[in-house]
Amino acid sequence: MKLAVASGKGGTGKTTLSVAIAKSAKGKVQLLDCDVEEPNSHIFLEIKDKETKTVTVPVPVIDMEKCTHCGKCAEICEFNAIISFGGTTTMVFPDLCHSCGGCELICPEKAITEKPEEIGELTKCSVGNIKFLEGKLKIGKAMSPPIIRAVKNAAENDLLTVIDSPPGTSCPMIAAVHDADYVLLVTEPTPFGLNDLILAVDTVKDMKIPFSVAINRFDVGDDRVEKYCEAQGIEISLKIPDSRKVAVAYSKGISLDEAMPEVKADIRRFLKSIESAGRQN
Amino acid sequence: MKIALPVTSDKIEDQMNRTFGRAPKFMIYETETDTFEMVDNIQNLNAAQGAGIQSAQNVASSGAKAIICENCGPKAYQVLTTAGVEVYISESGKVAELVEKFKKGELKSSSSANVEGHWL
Repeated sequence: MKLAVASGKGGTGKTTLSVAIAKSAKGKVQLLDCDVEEPNSHIFLEIKDKETKTVTVPVPVIDMEKCTHCGKCAEICEFNAIISFGGTTTMVFPDLCHSCGGCELICPEKAITEKPEEIGELTKCSVGNIKFLEGKLKIGKAMSPPIIRAVKNAAENDLLTVIDSPPGTSCPMIAAVHDADYVLLVTEPTPFGLNDLILAVDTVKDMKIPFSVAINRFDVGDDRVEKYCEAQGIEISLKIPDSRKVAVAYSKGISLDEAMPEVKADIRRFLKSIESAGRQN
Repeated sequence: MKIALPVTSDKIEDQMNRTFGRAPKFMIYETETDTFEMVDNIQNLNAAQGAGIQSAQNVASSGAKAIICENCGPKAYQVLTTAGVEVYISESGKVAELVEKFKKGELKSSSSANVEGHWL
């Protein structure tokens, strides 16, 4: 079972819940921090030994001795990563490259080869019952999906897997969520939370993945999220109360399940309930 | 000499467009004859990424040797200077007035980009 913890809006409690779910689960569990632009699940885990690897993507290098500036590589590039003009100049912008390899294939002079470009790192370690994997995008790099895929490729297949996803509903979120069996959408009871929840619901429905909603700090704000879920027939599977105790603990790197042990039972009930509800592959 | 300006229309009394990469059009103005032609840039207005680079390529291909713009990012600047197009960063104004300023030598050629990418 792969459970992706996602949200439209940032700061609703994806990491808080992902860590609490991993720590509350019985038996061995995997926690994948796929929020690679700002991974922070590790703050709540006592990590001792870790193994770190570099993540690279292939980007084109042009041999200017062979290049005739015919412009075919620039033409095929869907991402404006290569330009060619005047029959004299061809330039590569590796930051924009999506590593499709089209330029290398189309070059009639065989002037293009690929070289690995470092875009981040992958960290693996074990903490108690949790096998933890984290992706981290290098500062200044724009493309997070390759790191997210590297994290997922390094994960085991047969374990209960909790995916701490990046916020939003664009490529990074899709990369983190698309192969999940179930998605838990975390939101907060505010107009912002609702607006972005609706976007996330539409996205997950489009991907045809079973999902339900968790409302964090459900007892503050307004009731529009609950009314929306009711009207749409969306199950609210977890409700976490607003608590200063949890906030203080969070600021010290203490996870939700430790600050508020009563959530463990709710989380276990939730995990039990999705065992059979997940996407059938 | 041909100079390029990012614009929204083909009227020289209109304001220059604020952005370079996502300008809908470029006016390529010939200062010798006071005539101009238009280059469409609508494709880059809607590009997912790399609009500045492609727009710079458009300007370079137009034969312009200089561009007047309010803002120019690092990648666009790199392409423009490689193509031998001088970049003149100027406060916005009416196209006709900017062309006059250029002719009188009142605009200064810039030696670097003046904004980060995606500044808007």
